Amino acid sequence: MMKLTTYSIVCRDAVELVSDYLEGALSRRDSRRLEKHLKGCPNCSAYLEQIRDTIAVAGEVSPNDLSPEALSDLVDLYRRFRSPLE
Amino acid sequence: MGVEYPWFVDDAELLQRLLAGDETAFAALVTRYHPMLVRVARYYVNSEASAEDVAQDTWIAVLRGVDRFEGRSSFKTWLLRILVNRARSTGTKEHRAIPVDPTSTSSALAGRFDEGGAWREPVVPFTDVIEDSMVNKPVVRLVHEAISRLGEPQQAVVTLRDVEGLPTTEVAELLELSVANVRVILHRARTKVRADVEASLRGGG
Ligand SMILES: [Zn+2]
Repeated sequence: MMKLTTYSIVCRDAVELVSDYLEGALSRRDSRRLEKHLKGCPNCSAYLEQIRDTIAVAGEVSPNDLSPEALSDLVDLYRRFRSPLE
Repeated sequence: MGVEYPWFVDDAELLQRLLAGDETAFAALVTRYHPMLVRVARYYVNSEASAEDVAQDTWIAVLRGVDRFEGRSSFKTWLLRILVNRARSTGTKEHRAIPVDPTSTSSALAGRFDEGGAWREPVVPFTDVIEDSMVNKPVVRLVHEAISRLGEPQQAVVTLRDVEGLPTTEVAELLELSVANVRVILHRARTKVRADVEASLRGGG
């Protein structure tokens, strides 16, 4: 009998597993399949790197996301809120 | 007005100063979290203007309730709960349907594979693409621009999970989605953001 785990996946399948793999959400069998594919495939390995970089960069603080106008509106809100107390 | 607190001053300290009536502490919190609030609110309401309103209401609720914040959850989680409660009621009023379709496949990689399912063209790590790229924008800009171009529910999911780093279970709870759905949406969002960044680096975007 051939074991189920022996069938391999192609690149098109591998990219579908990458996100869950990084989440630690793949079944052990799918993890093994993906890792086996990655070992022999520089393209999918690079793809995994790209996704990993994308996630890492998304978590970096992006400066000036808030416009100065929006900030001053919110600070006005704060002042209006505070003033009746004083 | 300047925001005088650097990123390493933590939320707890800013809250202490806010309680003491420090306006710059409020400005620092707003700078840190307002864009996140607007993005997540957008998941529930139909327009950017409504999302902005819900986010502003949330800050008023924070100012009213900050003395009751017990620190049992993180400030970020507390803030998001307030926002989501408000956004939900507003969203219901606007009859916003939340689209989740786990069966549709992502098209961000359409045409990239041959009949055998292998890559048609080599994939290169971003670090190598950047060296050759004519685009001067830092990758962090490109990634955040790509995220802001995502539709819902992808934008809310990727904002909470990848930008804010909340655990998947908390994302699911906040957005009233199953964990499985969050993972599917996250996968599609990341696939799209990566493709978008790649296109921008190659000068196509
Ligand atoms: Zn491959």
